[in-house]
Amino acid sequence: MSAMESFFSRYRNALVLIAVLLAQVIGLAVQARRPSPDAADSESVSLIRYWVVSVITPPERWVHAIGDGIGGIWSNYVNLVHVKQQNRDLQMEMDRLRLEQASLAEDARQAQRLHGLLGFTQKYIYKTVVAQVIGTSGSDQSRIVYIDKGSEDGIRTGMPVITPSGIVGKTRDVFPHKSQVLQISDPTSGAGVVLETTRIRGILKGNAYGQPQVINVMPDERIKPGEKVITSGGDQLFPRGLSVGVVDRVEVDPEHDPLVDILIKPAANLSQLEEVLVITNMGDQLPPQAVRDIAKSELQVEQQRASDILAERLPSRIDPNAPEAAENLKEMNASGEVARPLTPPAALHPDHFSPNATPPATTLVPGQRLAPVLADQPGTTNPIRKKPDATTATGSTQGGAQGTGTAAQANSATGTTAAPVRKKPEIVPDFGNKPPTPAPVTAGDLAPVTPRRSTLLTEPKANDVTETAPGTASENGRATNPVKTTVVVDGPVRPAKPASNTSTQPSGSTVPRPEPGTVAQPSNTAPKKTGPEIVPDDGSHPPGYVPPPKKKPQPKPNQPNKPATPPAQQPPQGRRN
Amino acid sequence: MALLASTRREADVQSFPLLIFILVPLFALGLQSFVTLHFPRFDMIDLPLLVTIYFAIAWQNPIAGTVGGAIIGIAQDALTHHPLGVFGICKALVGYLAGSLGVRVDTESHGTRLLVTFLFMWLHGGIFWVLVRRLLAQPFAWDWLHELIQAAINALVGVVLFALLDLAKRRE
Repeated sequence: MSAMESFFSRYRNALVLIAVLLAQVIGLAVQARRPSPDAADSESVSLIRYWVVSVITPPERWVHAIGDGIGGIWSNYVNLVHVKQQNRDLQMEMDRLRLEQASLAEDARQAQRLHGLLGFTQKYIYKTVVAQVIGTSGSDQSRIVYIDKGSEDGIRTGMPVITPSGIVGKTRDVFPHKSQVLQISDPTSGAGVVLETTRIRGILKGNAYGQPQVINVMPDERIKPGEKVITSGGDQLFPRGLSVGVVDRVEVDPEHDPLVDILIKPAANLSQLEEVLVITNMGDQLPPQAVRDIAKSELQVEQQRASDILAERLPSRIDPNAPEAAENLKEMNASGEVARPLTPPAALHPDHFSPNATPPATTLVPGQRLAPVLADQPGTTNPIRKKPDATTATGSTQGGAQGTGTAAQANSATGTTAAPVRKKPEIVPDFGNKPPTPAPVTAGDLAPVTPRRSTLLTEPKANDVTETAPGTASENGRATNPVKTTVVVDGPVRPAKPASNTSTQPSGSTVPRPEPGTVAQPSNTAPKKTGPEIVPDDGSHPPGYVPPPKKKPQPKPNQPNKPATPPAQQPPQGRRN
Repeated sequence: MALLASTRREADVQSFPLLIFILVPLFALGLQSFVTLHFPRFDMIDLPLLVTIYFAIAWQNPIAGTVGGAIIGIAQDALTHHPLGVFGICKALVGYLAGSLGVRVDTESHGTRLLVTFLFMWLHGGIFWVLVRRLLAQPFAWDWLHELIQAAINALVGVVLFALLDLAKRRE
């Protein structure tokens, strides 16, 4: 007995140490026999944890509350300078996200239908609880944080914990007013993830250094740093599609070669957590709030679409002649186009009904007849259409003008070239007393029609000077040349046929004009229908340009009319010796 | 630097008020948990271990050091998700050795405290690696450079902490 007492007294310190260590080892062994590390602790262990947490965490909450109060004074009163602008920015971002949500809503509905066909079930977030992070485990070997919500607030063990940036972890131990959250960077954690682009699935766990990694993945060359990682939903814990992080690098697992581990940079800042969301309720259907948000977004898209269509169809009130201002850049859309006002095409043969055809009243003189307007002619005035009248003087050189000059004015007014309009040539009754002249016809051009003289439209009279031989000038010296229309065509001009120097083809062969002072000789052949005069287009003039008609020499008014010289007649062939 | 106790005064047991024995370990645990939340690198400092070393040296009693270390370690385990006893075993061993060393070594000088704390940090890390890696089969990476830096930082912090705690002790 004394030997034993001396033994115990001699080795008392060591025995106590051994006893304490043995007790703790046995306790470790009992705890390590749990079916999984995530399984709940035994009652005694939970009790010890509860005592310690109940003693440590309240001071942390007080300190956190005091810090929030001091910070709230600053943020709620002093730091409100930029709230208005921030509100506007957030509103714009929200509108943009609504539009994006609407565009994705249809894809989501289709995915749901397919899921239903295949028997898949997807979890949607129904309800979350906001919690403040108030403490940690204090050890770098245990990635645990404490939140200020517990079972009294609806928190249960195994609930996912997220932030708007990404997932954080899951609840582990839940106390009445506090909870433990095991982060995804802990080696004992686990989550089902999938790479967004390559669709490679794996399990996410923390490594010994506290960095999340996807373990035991087959090597794949498509895995690149920066690829996004999302939750797969296969763990039945996290809803599908939540952001986890991005790929940092790929390393070969030394214990499971050739499998690789994909190290992840987490999306949520796990070392600076302040507020987290605990998902307390999930369901198979879209939550009602999400349905309302999608409907609101789709309505906004429809309104936007309707306003865009309306803007395209209604005429613009913007002045097309206004210089292009720098403000147009603001109206530039994504493709770099600027909206241009729509303008009506200019009339081919403008008349006084055409836009900008009527001259201002202050410039008009009562009884004045305006000459027809030619394109690019200075000093020209707008024409006025007048009905052909048989009693009116046929000698007028100004009557019966067609309002053809207004086409050019319309062109210049609008600054655009109107689509060419073909006009049927006006049929002029031929009484045989005038040489055939080319009828003015425009072909694919806005060349104004030269005015016709009233003599061409009236019946011959006894005292009409037009009763002369064809090609002769009229008594009053006025040329009886009909209205000539010039047709501008592209390409080379066909050489005129030498045999018929006075005939004109409807296709537009050139007609040599009579020299000044001479009279056009009547052709031996039957008069043919005159066609438009062809003027080659060398590209030096804009479309619609009509060369001014060459002025023909006017015979003096007092000179008697020279008798028409009959054409030289060739002697008959047979009498020549 | 004299490591051995040269005077009876240095070898006297140093006592503290009972409240100090209770509040200081709790304050160390709370401060460790709260500061690490805002400064993640603070987890390199092990305040509960420094408190264990200090009190074990101050008591100069291996049993007291063992029991005190075990309690502080189990409380630290309760804040983690580890099974209870991992830190308890580590700190119980460190407390025993620190208490045994306090009788024979002059722990009043700062140099002694610096060296003792540095060595005990290494020991604590080694014991922890054995338990977690071999006993619990959990991943734990041993980095020599990391452990060296961690031990040095804790030794420096320990010297400052010990000087502050010296203000609370009462001499018999």
